[in-house]
Amino acid sequence: MSDGRGLRGLVLLVVGTGLLVPILAGLAETAAAAFGHLPALGFDGWSLTAWQALAAEPGLTTSLRLTLVIGLGATALSVVLAMGAVAALAGRVPAARGMRALAPFLAVPHAAMAIGLAFLLAPSGWIARGLAPMMGWVLPPGLASVNDPWGLALILGLLVKEVPFLMLVTWSALGQIDAARQMAAGRALGYAPAAVWVKVLLPQLWPLVRLPVAVALAYALSVVDMAIILGPSNPPVLAVALTRWFFDPDPARILPAAAGALVQAGIVALGLALLCGAERLARWLGRRWVQAGGRRAFGPGLAAVLVGGLLTLAALALLALAVWSLAWRWSFPQLLPESWSLKFWLASGRWGAALGMTLWLAMASTALSVALAILWLEAEDRGQRTRARWAEALIYLPLILPQIAFLYGLNVVALRAGLSGHPGAVIWGQAIFVFPYVMIALTAPWRALDPRLTRAAAALGAGPWRRLVRVKLPVLLRPILTAAAIGVAVSVAQYLPTLFLGAGRVATLTTEAVTLSSSSDRRVVAVYASLQALVPFVAYALAALLPAWVHRNRRDLAGAVPA
Amino acid sequence: MSLVLEKLMVTLPRADRPLFEVSLRVEPGQVASVMGPSGVGKSTLLDAVGGHLAPGFRCAGRVWLAGRDVTALPAEARRIGLMFQEALLFPHLSVGDNLAFGLSPAVRGRAARRAAVATALERAGLAGMEGRDPATLSGGQRARAALMRTLLADPAALLLDEPFSRLDTGLRAEMRAFTFAHIAERGIPVLMVTHDPEDATAAAGPVLRLSAKGA
Repeated sequence: MSDGRGLRGLVLLVVGTGLLVPILAGLAETAAAAFGHLPALGFDGWSLTAWQALAAEPGLTTSLRLTLVIGLGATALSVVLAMGAVAALAGRVPAARGMRALAPFLAVPHAAMAIGLAFLLAPSGWIARGLAPMMGWVLPPGLASVNDPWGLALILGLLVKEVPFLMLVTWSALGQIDAARQMAAGRALGYAPAAVWVKVLLPQLWPLVRLPVAVALAYALSVVDMAIILGPSNPPVLAVALTRWFFDPDPARILPAAAGALVQAGIVALGLALLCGAERLARWLGRRWVQAGGRRAFGPGLAAVLVGGLLTLAALALLALAVWSLAWRWSFPQLLPESWSLKFWLASGRWGAALGMTLWLAMASTALSVALAILWLEAEDRGQRTRARWAEALIYLPLILPQIAFLYGLNVVALRAGLSGHPGAVIWGQAIFVFPYVMIALTAPWRALDPRLTRAAAALGAGPWRRLVRVKLPVLLRPILTAAAIGVAVSVAQYLPTLFLGAGRVATLTTEAVTLSSSSDRRVVAVYASLQALVPFVAYALAALLPAWVHRNRRDLAGAVPA
Repeated sequence: MSLVLEKLMVTLPRADRPLFEVSLRVEPGQVASVMGPSGVGKSTLLDAVGGHLAPGFRCAGRVWLAGRDVTALPAEARRIGLMFQEALLFPHLSVGDNLAFGLSPAVRGRAARRAAVATALERAGLAGMEGRDPATLSGGQRARAALMRTLLADPAALLLDEPFSRLDTGLRAEMRAFTFAHIAERGIPVLMVTHDPEDATAAAGPVLRLSAKGA
């Protein structure tokens, strides 16, 4: 069918020009600046000035060490805890229910979660208030429990966001292997369930979760918004230092920042190489262990308890946001505010514009991404082909490359095109990161659609477009809206793309919340962070309710009405 | 060394009456057949004996193995082997490693373990196939490898869940003879669920017929 080829060409063109070219151009511009070529600032030709400036930055080695320790440590812990917790829960908790319980923790943007955690952990936070009567504190204790120089608060923040993500990925991968019967087979051979997990199920799950783990690792090594709110401040992790230099009043600092952005990309590459190495080592050790026939293993129970603790912290963090946003007078060590007020919520003049901009960016970037994802999947259907490895890699590329490595360069391109600082440029910048998640979320349900439905439609004379619009899209309404809700959540959470492509002039809930988090009134920050957390929740609620309403007289499509 | 089921009852989640009540004694070296229509609970009976009941299933009565009450033990502590319709070799392990996985930890030392696996493969007509990917084996080879994996764990009893139903007619007789010969040699009690009357005849042991109203 020639139609399929035309559509595929169109999709490739859009993905190429909208996603691949900007990333490559952004990387190239960043690299050019790193090697001293920055005509806009009068640096012409090639030099190593940028690298010398980077090497001269005080605290660089500390930043590098923090980045590696926090990123690798948080990811390793997340993987172990997530897998352990799924091992403990799978078979006892139905997968659908478990995944539904995790969804809210995934929906909350990183910055909002980080702010909530800071409200819990800070010396004047909820935990210290709870301990105050026992410890006899009348003033907040003099502890650096947030922004600590070791990055422990940041590691905790990353765990709270990455463990639910990896649990969800692992749990859904579990449905793709014959887990229940293999567990029975292993136990009948005398293996404890934990040992069957490690020796039988995990090696089969790993190929299915390897890419998401790589995404989590790349994220933890290059995180900015959470690191500004929870991480060490002086010196900070590398990505935060780079952001500061890029936006320094002295434009010459762009040079060391650009060089550092390449180092950042190198760090992520190193992290991925370490992941591959660890995988090989584990495979070799695992084989030895299998051959030795040891029947015992332990850990899932402990992991489940720790994950329970993490999720409790996360829930308390969200509650802290709500309580702070409604507080009026709340002195230490009171556990609850002494007086309450809606004043900061009613001052919509402050947050209204940011909310409006956030919604507009989210809807536009999500609509673009969903449309492109549908066309991509439809083109695959018409070509009757499976996805090539390079195409899969292309989808994951924006999630694995550190944002800061190409966003600066991308903004240089946007500046040249006269787009920088325009909401359109931000929509485009966000869509680069929204599209992959929408695509990943929509692929499995799209492929699970019963092919006989479209065949039946074709047999009735419906052409390819009619089959798409009249059969596939309505039947797939629920997963499409779920993918859109994920897109909204991703868009709302974006910090760096908004900052760079908005040239600091496009203010969203996220950029405002991060900016305000360090200095300003906690009650104001709480309003921004609560709104930031609420937008994805509303999107998920609509994604659940709309199909139920549209298909209210279609039992097979309406799905369970959410509780 | 006999396997004794004493008033064993299983009730499904949200059901008020048990699916069946079974009392049965299987002597060492004997193969008892469980027959009955689909959905009557034959596989559930095996799950109850082996300790593989899903959460929510309620089980009453006793399972005795070699004079020991194993009812409250987890599956891995019962020493009751289990064979499915499919061989269920672990796809990520080589054939040899699949057998090594089964081999009892009482066999110590790399050389001794490797030798035990090689001997078992030889007896299954799979000599030298340690490094093979299980997916490349024929159906009969896979079934024999799976039986060897189960026997290497040194089980005190064996459960067979329609073990020959997926095999071609010709292969079925061969595999049946192979399996029963190895069981007889071990002298362990076996409980076999089957639809095929020929299986029960070949087993030549007691036959338990489960019917919809209970046994």
